[in-house]
Amino acid sequence: MSATIMEATTTAKALEPMIMANAIRKNYGRLEVLKGIDLQVGRGEVVCLIGPSGSGKSTLLRCINHLETIDGGRMWVDGSVMGYDLKGTKLHEQSHARICRSRVEIGMVFQHFNLFPHMNVLENLIEAPRLVLKEKRSTATARALQLLDSVGLADKAKSFPRQLSGGQQQRVAIARALCMRPKVMLFDEPTSALDPELVGEVLKVMKDLAATGMTMVVVTHEMNFARDVADRVVFMADGHVVEQGPAKEVIGNPQHERTRAFLASVR
Amino acid sequence: MSIATERYKTAAAADDFSIVKARHPGRWISAAVIVFIGLLLLRSVVSNPNFGWATVGMYIRDVSIVRGIAITLELTAICMVIGIVLGVVLAVMRISANPVVRTASFAYISFFRGTPVLVQLLFWYNLAALYPSITLGIPGVDLDANAIITPLTAAILGLGLNQAAYMSEIVRAGILSVEHGQSEAAGALGINRLQTMRRVILPQAMRVIIPPTGNETIGMLKTTALVSVISVPELLYSAQIIYARNFETIPLLMVASIWYIVVTSILGVGQFYLERHYAKGGQRSLPPTPWQQLKRFVRVHDPLSAKGAKK
Ligand SMILES: Nc1ncnc2c1ncn2[C@@H]1O[C@H](COP(=O)(O)OP(=O)(O)OP(=O)(O)O)[C@@H](O)[C@H]1O
Ligand SMILES: [Mg+2]
Repeated sequence: MSATIMEATTTAKALEPMIMANAIRKNYGRLEVLKGIDLQVGRGEVVCLIGPSGSGKSTLLRCINHLETIDGGRMWVDGSVMGYDLKGTKLHEQSHARICRSRVEIGMVFQHFNLFPHMNVLENLIEAPRLVLKEKRSTATARALQLLDSVGLADKAKSFPRQLSGGQQQRVAIARALCMRPKVMLFDEPTSALDPELVGEVLKVMKDLAATGMTMVVVTHEMNFARDVADRVVFMADGHVVEQGPAKEVIGNPQHERTRAFLASVR
Repeated sequence: MSIATERYKTAAAADDFSIVKARHPGRWISAAVIVFIGLLLLRSVVSNPNFGWATVGMYIRDVSIVRGIAITLELTAICMVIGIVLGVVLAVMRISANPVVRTASFAYISFFRGTPVLVQLLFWYNLAALYPSITLGIPGVDLDANAIITPLTAAILGLGLNQAAYMSEIVRAGILSVEHGQSEAAGALGINRLQTMRRVILPQAMRVIIPPTGNETIGMLKTTALVSVISVPELLYSAQIIYARNFETIPLLMVASIWYIVVTSILGVGQFYLERHYAKGGQRSLPPTPWQQLKRFVRVHDPLSAKGAKK
């Protein structure tokens, strides 16, 4: 009997989206950047966010892990409201410590890598597992080396970030995020700061990651990546979601004028 | 153009030109003037009996002078440690999200930077007049201010707390020099603010913090002379005690000055190497050490290598 209930709840959880943004609004002073965004990302789904510069893609991504506070709406991640505890009918603002704990579940990769320059690659990877997850050095190191191997950088463990190419740094950054065993990975233009010949190696790592069933939200201008890897493409403009759908449809046959104009400009 | 090419060809054909070095008469004249003035100064210093070099020689390694140096160094070290630790705390408070905490730090800094350190020293020294007994607001605690505030503790409090105000500004500049992306990356990994500060921001801020801190240390060494007014037997006060007895004022001030120069020079060398160490990982090439500069000088001015050079 109880086994069936358990099963029922796990299936329910499996069916509910990993990320659910309800009417998200965000403003910087008088500037309204997000004007009521609704977005769902299913478990294991890969969603690409595209749109012109200043449309609010980065802001939306940063609202997901609460790097930005939101001014309206709710952000649900893995069944709980980000930044708040739901008790009865009231939402209680979470402490900084609680928010930090929720962020463990959400990996993030930045345009400019943001590796810690004073630590070598291995130290970059084991820092958060040791500080936040209280892992032992040996456990964290073993896992870090394994992840470095999976992004093709097993031999760079002792290098410092400045000694690596941009593509290698970004792969380290991906491995660093994965060390926390996140359920979702957010990417904010991960290849925009790279020389063209280095873009491929990073996209390949992301593609491999998508194949493992990781839930991913990717802000990108790489339309080929979006077409090949994304399950769904979301086009944003002026703080609104203008159009979304399967990658091939949105990119191949856009319905809105704005989408068409944007796609024409990035080709 | 063809004329130029011809000239170039002749020049290239005869590769045995000897080089006539450019003459710099201006440099020679200015050097001569400076050397002349230097010699005049030196002569007056050596020949003026009022310097009392014999007395200087007699007291330069006097026991109480050496003990004074020890106290000067000790005071410098303790006050700098207090200044740095408290300075970091104040700097972190200064950028806190809590406006009360921020304001408290600002008030501290304004007060200590806004009043002369000599006045602060006198205040601490006379604390007993202000608070005869120190209770700290805790029942059962009743300390006699006169017993606690010795000249030395007054000096440590006065110099250390004042230094913290200056250090906090240096540390704050260091913290602000670290890219914002660093704390964002740490935050996204779930690292809390305090750990981010300790493990990510401060280590990177060091490069900006170290050089001015070296300057501050040298400055502190000299500032410790101020505490002679509250009769802490540091270097200057030790010298004063001696000349109060034998009236050899100038020679003893010379003794103190010589020691200040020796110690600050040593600290300066230490600072040079420390800065060099923290410049590593920066983009530019490191500044040459004096030893490297000497080697370069010899290489350039070596008469043998100059003769062998055919340019
Ligand atoms: N911290 C901030 N303070 C004020 N305005 C901001 C801030 N961050 C972003 N903005 C503004 O919000 C708007 C959306 O910014 P956002 O970075 O989300 O755009 P984006 O879609 O990611 O653009 P891009 O493709 O150039 O990265 C822009 O107009 C930007 O100027
Ligand atoms: Mg952006």
